[in-house]
Amino acid sequence: MLLIYCPYCKEERPEIEFRHAGEAHIARPTDIKAISDEDFEGFFFIRSNPKGIAFERWRHVHGCGRFFNAVRDTVSDKIIMTYEAGKPRPSDEEIQARLKELAL
Amino acid sequence: MADIQAASPQYPLDGMVAGSALVQITPAAPASRLALRARPDAIAPLSKALAVKLPQEPKTSAQGTAAKTKGRRALWLGPDEWLVIDESGADLMAACQGAGGTFSAVDVSNRNTAIIVSGPAAEAVISAGCPQDLSLKAFAVGACARTLLGKTEVVLLREEADVFRVECWRSFSAYAFAFLAEALRDPMV
Repeated sequence: MLLIYCPYCKEERPEIEFRHAGEAHIARPTDIKAISDEDFEGFFFIRSNPKGIAFERWRHVHGCGRFFNAVRDTVSDKIIMTYEAGKPRPSDEEIQARLKELAL
Repeated sequence: MADIQAASPQYPLDGMVAGSALVQITPAAPASRLALRARPDAIAPLSKALAVKLPQEPKTSAQGTAAKTKGRRALWLGPDEWLVIDESGADLMAACQGAGGTFSAVDVSNRNTAIIVSGPAAEAVISAGCPQDLSLKAFAVGACARTLLGKTEVVLLREEADVFRVECWRSFSAYAFAFLAEALRDPMV
């Protein structure tokens, strides 16, 4: 079982309390009626699904109930860091520094 | 005008009892409960109105200290969410009526029911179905958390070193009680 650090509960909690909630940092178009079908398709359906570092939304559904974001390596399934919803995507340097810290 | 009908509370665990030499599992007394969501500006007025300081640290609870509100507890569930429990029959909705700030209060007295698990093996019994670390170091007296017990979501509160309060939804309570009673057969207990 994975232990996931919840940025709101400020501690690691068992994976079973959490639920994955798709890719993070997808901004809804401000005027959704004005965009083309292709742009809507891109916003609504197309996900990056990278091999390696992925930015994801997670929800501590059986805990504090809050959504937050996580940086996860899809190859090793290690969660590198988590941060509160609404915070900007961490920079490559921050991720590299954290990877070094975790000795991954 | 439509007639307003008040649903009468049900106590599905009435009379149920389980236990061994090391642990007792009993239904808790009926209580008033409040599900509170509050913006930061409402925390101080609500704490005053309910006479219990709403805790702001994760996994902590606070207890009323005034004579009238002794035993009233406020449990931190999320950054803007609390569960308030009072066993004295107080009207919590009336208490927070008109408190300042932006908040929502829902009376969930009869949505929830609670099971008290007490005795030296209480921790082991709950650990049979709860994924959290319940050792005293990680889950101190007064600690509380919404978590899982078997297949149900519960709110766990450690009232004393070997007394746990398991708050669960009323319709799941028979399952939760049976799960705990079954856990007595665990060799750890």
